[in-house]
Amino acid sequence: MTEALLETRGLSKQFGGLAAVNGVSLAFEAGRVHAVIGPNGAGKTTFLNLLSGEMRPSAGSVWFKGRSITGLTPDRVARLGIGRSFQRTNVFTELTCFENCWIAAQSRLPSSLRFLRPAGRRTDLAAAAERSLDMCGLLPRRDYAASALSHGERRQLEISMILATEPDLLLFDEPLAGMGYRESRDVIALLRRIALGHTIVLIEHDMDAVFSIADRITVLVNGSVLETGSVSEIQRSSAVQGAYLGAEEGA
Amino acid sequence: MDVSTFLVQSLNSVQYGFLLFLVASGLTLIFGILGVINLAHGSFFMIGAYLAHWLTVKTGNLFIAIALGLPLSFLLGLVVERLAIGFLYARDHLYQVLLTYGLILVFNELQRILWGNDVHGVATPAGLSASIPLTEVQSYPVYRFFISVACIGVAGAMYLVIHGTKLGMLIRAGASNREMVELLGFGVKRLYAVVFALGAALTAFAGMLSAPVNSVYPGMGEHILIISFVVVVIGGLGSIQGAFIGAMLIGFVDTFGKVFVPEAASLSVYAFMAAVLLWRPQGLFGARPA
Amino acid sequence: MRPLSRPLIGLLLAALALLVVFPQFAERYYVQLGTKVMVMAIFAMSLDLLVGYTRLVSLGHAAFFGLAGYALAVLQRDFGLVSLWTTLPLTVGLCAIAALLVGALAIRTSGIYFIMVTLAIAQMFYYFANDTRALGGSDGMFIGVKPSAEVFGWAPFDLKNRVTFYYFSLAALVASFLLARMVLVSLFGRVIDAIRCNEPRARALGYSTWRYKLSMFAIAGAFAGLAGYIGAAQDGIVNPAFLSWHQSGQALVIVILGGMGTLYGPVAGAFALIALEDVAASMTEHWLLLIGLFVVAIVLLLPRGLVSLSLGGMVGRVRRRDGRAPPPRPVREAGDD
Repeated sequence: MTEALLETRGLSKQFGGLAAVNGVSLAFEAGRVHAVIGPNGAGKTTFLNLLSGEMRPSAGSVWFKGRSITGLTPDRVARLGIGRSFQRTNVFTELTCFENCWIAAQSRLPSSLRFLRPAGRRTDLAAAAERSLDMCGLLPRRDYAASALSHGERRQLEISMILATEPDLLLFDEPLAGMGYRESRDVIALLRRIALGHTIVLIEHDMDAVFSIADRITVLVNGSVLETGSVSEIQRSSAVQGAYLGAEEGA
Repeated sequence: MDVSTFLVQSLNSVQYGFLLFLVASGLTLIFGILGVINLAHGSFFMIGAYLAHWLTVKTGNLFIAIALGLPLSFLLGLVVERLAIGFLYARDHLYQVLLTYGLILVFNELQRILWGNDVHGVATPAGLSASIPLTEVQSYPVYRFFISVACIGVAGAMYLVIHGTKLGMLIRAGASNREMVELLGFGVKRLYAVVFALGAALTAFAGMLSAPVNSVYPGMGEHILIISFVVVVIGGLGSIQGAFIGAMLIGFVDTFGKVFVPEAASLSVYAFMAAVLLWRPQGLFGARPA
Repeated sequence: MRPLSRPLIGLLLAALALLVVFPQFAERYYVQLGTKVMVMAIFAMSLDLLVGYTRLVSLGHAAFFGLAGYALAVLQRDFGLVSLWTTLPLTVGLCAIAALLVGALAIRTSGIYFIMVTLAIAQMFYYFANDTRALGGSDGMFIGVKPSAEVFGWAPFDLKNRVTFYYFSLAALVASFLLARMVLVSLFGRVIDAIRCNEPRARALGYSTWRYKLSMFAIAGAFAGLAGYIGAAQDGIVNPAFLSWHQSGQALVIVILGGMGTLYGPVAGAFALIALEDVAASMTEHWLLLIGLFVVAIVLLLPRGLVSLSLGGMVGRVRRRDGRAPPPRPVREAGDD
């Protein structure tokens, strides 16, 4: 039995009277791609925020590699090996792609309070940065400022930055948002490449992408888990179809 | 400390607190609504004081001086806003700091050119120069009561304007969503000019009121500016009630600090600010930092 | 910090050569003025570390500048220390520690609050010096003798000589520049770049950004202390004006004028502003008015900010040393927009 790398137990988040996430208990197996889908407003992004530490849960707990990470701040969670991409691409626009990945790779060092030696001497960090850029197909854009990149390329840079930190688990919040057809295909192919060595938890609206990459799918409706299963199970589920067709059509 | 001294010092604290409130609320209004940090805010306080001095000498009556000085200060605020501040709205705080620092230099030197380096006094108006007996031995100047009353009056008027008039509604709307107000067709530029001029006039008014009790001297603007910064930091930027609470707290801390620890008189205010920041970095009523 | 382009290095070396030969043919007054400029240059450079590289706009940097002067005066008067080799490290160390304490408080805030808090704390230093009789009150303290470079009875140089003092300051300026550069190209400097560019993103990567900001604050405070030490030693006197916010404000003007985020920009800015002040002061006693108008005009007339027009900006955008093609759109320097 593959053990759960990440697990939530009764995870809830209340905003005033509204339960955005309501008693979600899920187990994410190592080495798998697990997609979280659902109609708009189902609480998917909130759920991801609870996993990465951006938000503190109102109830329940989050466990990573067998240890509780409930309520830890985002930087602590990042250090423990969980990498997260944001819905709005958030890179260092003034820095080059290489520098973006460099600073991501550098974050894994125990301390960067090092003042004396030039950073350029750290060939290990340079190699890690180049590796992750390469995996995302961004090596030709290495010395270009992030501000010069197209929207799709910035998404790739975002992903490449997370890879540079060599995380055990990757959280993706709508990686295909706002993309045209061709850009989406590129990112889907990239995600498939990444999935080979990593564990991924993915929120996405693009059903084709989800069905082609995911190993398991969880459907969230109104903050609660409607159903969890394999791709074919979810595709055939009448409850899921009802939830989607009954609710407002999402974008 | 006996009761009468305590009473006198408390009254002084309240009066000082009210003055600080006028200045600080101008500052927080300008920052909260216009998004501009104005280092030259203290200069309007100084301008008010010098106007009070000059106009009282010319007209012989402080009330007439204030009646003339207020619209003058408002006009000056409009001019400064059109010529300088208006260009700062979209810009980084750094450039706002730089430009308004330049304005301080300009105002200070203009004051020196016009009125020289001497320290001036302003006579308390005849009707208000008596003292009210508080106890058998202590009496308290009527004028200081007048200051507090005038400040309360202005604060009340401000509240009525902001919550009861169309202008006030526009101000509150502009504070939360500038673009929307613009799209709805209201002249945001004019609105902002009015807000700035109001803030300037408020501060100038405080300067005019306080002129008889403090002296009028070069560089007085800086001192009040920094204290009002402390008030706003403690109270939380953009919050009028924070400015009030902060001003009252500082009024008491400063006044009683001078009584109990005269050697470190000026420091008590800053020590208090440090203590508040250690506890709540965003101020008592400020928005929690991201 | 980005690598300096070859033409820029050439220009800097030429300027350095000029500074080296300057005292040989200049009048005494100008040698002294030159020293004063270099003191301001070190001070402005230290502020640039905060403003230009870390986006920490401190209006209270003069607190450490003045603290150094008072430290020197007290060390001399009350502890009898006159040696350069003891007073300088002690003073700079004290300023670094003071900056750590001040920063620990100030860095809890950000944005506008930070500006106001640094100003208020510096005022605290000012009032403390002004009100404390033991520190000379508003008159300040004398620094009776120039620090002595004597070691085991032999003095490698004599700071009482004006020209020697000038070269000492120049050496301090060059050393400060090189040390600051070293810090900026280190691993620490990379994190500072990231914080400046997008602090929330840096935090999301796991960096405790406050630690880096605080460290930079302390480093900048130490350099400000160096400047203050030399400035006070040159004047032979220290008074509360060293701590005033006009001192902080002037440094800020210099940093922006010269071009923030470049290190060499503020150095050039120091020369420019002090020269400007010298000229204006000879024209009218109300020269501060001219300076004030100048500052206002600069901010208003250059909507894209001053970096575009500053000496630093004019000398050139960066080319990559490794020969790769530069990016299609210019890599934007810190301080744009």
